[in-house]
Amino acid sequence: MTNTARALFGACAVVALSTAAVTAETITVATVNNGDMIRMQSLMGEFNAQHPDIEVKWVTLEENELRQRVTTDIATKGGQFDVMTIGTYEVPIWGKQGWLVSLNDMPAEWDADDLLPAIKGGLTVDGELYAAPFYGESSMVMYRTDLMEKAGLSMPEAPTWDDIKAAAAAMTDKEAGIYGICLRGKAGWGENMAFLTAMANSYGAQWFDMDWNPTFDGPEWKAALTDYLDLMTNYGPPGASSNGFNENLALFQQGKCGMWIDATVAASFVTGDDSTVAEHVGFALAPDNGLGKRGNWLWAWSLAIPAGTQKEAAAKTFVEWATSKEYTALVASKEGWANVPPGTRTSLYENPEYQKVPFAAMTLQSINSADPQNPTVNPAPYTGVQFAAIPEFQAIGTAVGQQFSAALAGSMTADEALQAAQDLTAREMRKAGYN
Amino acid sequence: MARAVTPQRKATVTVLAWVVGLVIFFPILWTVLLSFKTEADAIGTPWHVLASSWTTEAYATVQQRSDYLHHFWNSVILSLGSTVIGLIIGIPSAWAMAFVPGKRTKDVLMWMLSTKMMPATGVLVPIYLIGIKTGLLDTRTGLVIVLTLINLPIIIWMLYTYFKEIPGEILEAARMDGASLWNEIRYVLTPMAIPGIASTLLLNVILSWNEAFWTLRLTTTNAAPLTAFIASYSSPEGLFFAKLSAASTLAIAPILILGWFSQKQLVRGLTFGAVK
Repeated sequence: MTNTARALFGACAVVALSTAAVTAETITVATVNNGDMIRMQSLMGEFNAQHPDIEVKWVTLEENELRQRVTTDIATKGGQFDVMTIGTYEVPIWGKQGWLVSLNDMPAEWDADDLLPAIKGGLTVDGELYAAPFYGESSMVMYRTDLMEKAGLSMPEAPTWDDIKAAAAAMTDKEAGIYGICLRGKAGWGENMAFLTAMANSYGAQWFDMDWNPTFDGPEWKAALTDYLDLMTNYGPPGASSNGFNENLALFQQGKCGMWIDATVAASFVTGDDSTVAEHVGFALAPDNGLGKRGNWLWAWSLAIPAGTQKEAAAKTFVEWATSKEYTALVASKEGWANVPPGTRTSLYENPEYQKVPFAAMTLQSINSADPQNPTVNPAPYTGVQFAAIPEFQAIGTAVGQQFSAALAGSMTADEALQAAQDLTAREMRKAGYN
Repeated sequence: MARAVTPQRKATVTVLAWVVGLVIFFPILWTVLLSFKTEADAIGTPWHVLASSWTTEAYATVQQRSDYLHHFWNSVILSLGSTVIGLIIGIPSAWAMAFVPGKRTKDVLMWMLSTKMMPATGVLVPIYLIGIKTGLLDTRTGLVIVLTLINLPIIIWMLYTYFKEIPGEILEAARMDGASLWNEIRYVLTPMAIPGIASTLLLNVILSWNEAFWTLRLTTTNAAPLTAFIASYSSPEGLFFAKLSAASTLAIAPILILGWFSQKQLVRGLTFGAVK
């Protein structure tokens, strides 16, 4: 062998070895754009320090875009993503389809038993855990303590809808630009229908009876919708039919709402630096009607691994890190306890440091009072609190939401909206072959 | 005889044009204004937005969180690539249809236009499956092909309209002088149709730049253009108006500047025929 050949071999060997040493496995994570997820992206340096062999690439999208994007990919087995951020609605449907990798074999130190039972129940199908919750939320009443005091009222910890009506009437001062109650009105299955479905549960209403017939023609839905419309017409802000989470958040932060019933995650925003009323916010459970169900929803953004990914091991390592107790501690050490992703683990709520966060106890109580397996007063054939976990629900929920939003805008009556909802839901369910 | 233009009439038209222009431009202006505010100020009343202090905080955050240049280059490659390939296919096609029409030319033109009437969602799954099989998902090549196919009907229709206005006799004269087909297109047709070709090019660059259905659904990270960059700042739960505005401003700025410099050409191409 000549010297040149020897040198060439040597060089090749060195290059091959060094390539092997730096080759990292790349996983692609699809995620929604919310504060907790963005914070995780900024903490990736910590993950890389522990796992230099795994490189994480992010695809961040608005949640409806993300839903369409990952649904297309998973339904066609496109393999573009190794970890997907999906909601409580998708997990049971996709799990049943066999589209997700079971997480039952996560290591013992990850401690699956520590997950909040309500959240874990929503992510489990036939005993298999199909997603690891990253952040969980319910809904609750956020109210202005100063306005309640001025009105001479006090908010019970577990109010009824009558308490809410009385408080809304007492706090409303339209001339001063203060509206007793702000609720979602924008049409969409994850917008006004999330609120209204949860509210309807507390009135004893439900989407479908045990034979999958819609029940919008029953007295329960009528009572719920009528009360919602009365509250919003008499005590709500103008133009409420186009208000979603962000619009109501802005109104509340500017001191224009007496009460706001919405996601528990809003608590950190209304008490944060951007809020002009941060000092005067109280929290209460979502209202009920004494029927045993409260009007609060349950949602978790969770990390799931699509079946068929080539990088299952690396994906599991990442999911384990992102949803572990250590990750919570990491966020707390960098950004404080108020900023850790809430609503997933029992141990977080047992932590004395976290108990000092003003909305921690109410968030936990709200989550625990929701039961996705038995969401309604009477038996229902579906799971899910503010949705029915069937593939047809997105389209039907949004179409029904449009009717109710139109009723709020005043372009149809409550009866007309309920009739239209009944007809369109019955038609779609028939077409889908449920009855 | 041209109608005399009185000063009053001129003033009215000028004011009206400015009002219409401002109304159309206002959303963009407001987006730019919001991008220089903090998140808290950005959700305030319009007066508050104008009165509060200015900051480049949102731009700094966007720069830190996203790789703008990566998305920018993808947008440039996708919009220029798809338009240039579209023109290479479109010019000969439009020539054939304008100057040597067959019995079914009108039908072919209508058929091409009809493909634009189909909702894109209808072909999402087939195209996605083709993308998987060919390995072209999340590649610039794959997206350039898709965008070219989407814009081709518009390119051919626009060019066809311009070419139709060029008298066939001029091309005949060139043929009589012994020009080959290539020379006829290259030296006679193209120079006469330059305004039309230029406006077709510009319009298609803008359409491809703004295309958000396919560019979001067929990409993950490698080929994601500026539409994906904007989409990553939109959120239904949480206030990101200032950051979203900053991302939008960064995304539309290049195409806005391009439009500004080329508006004379664009207006001429869209309003006048090929032959003056």
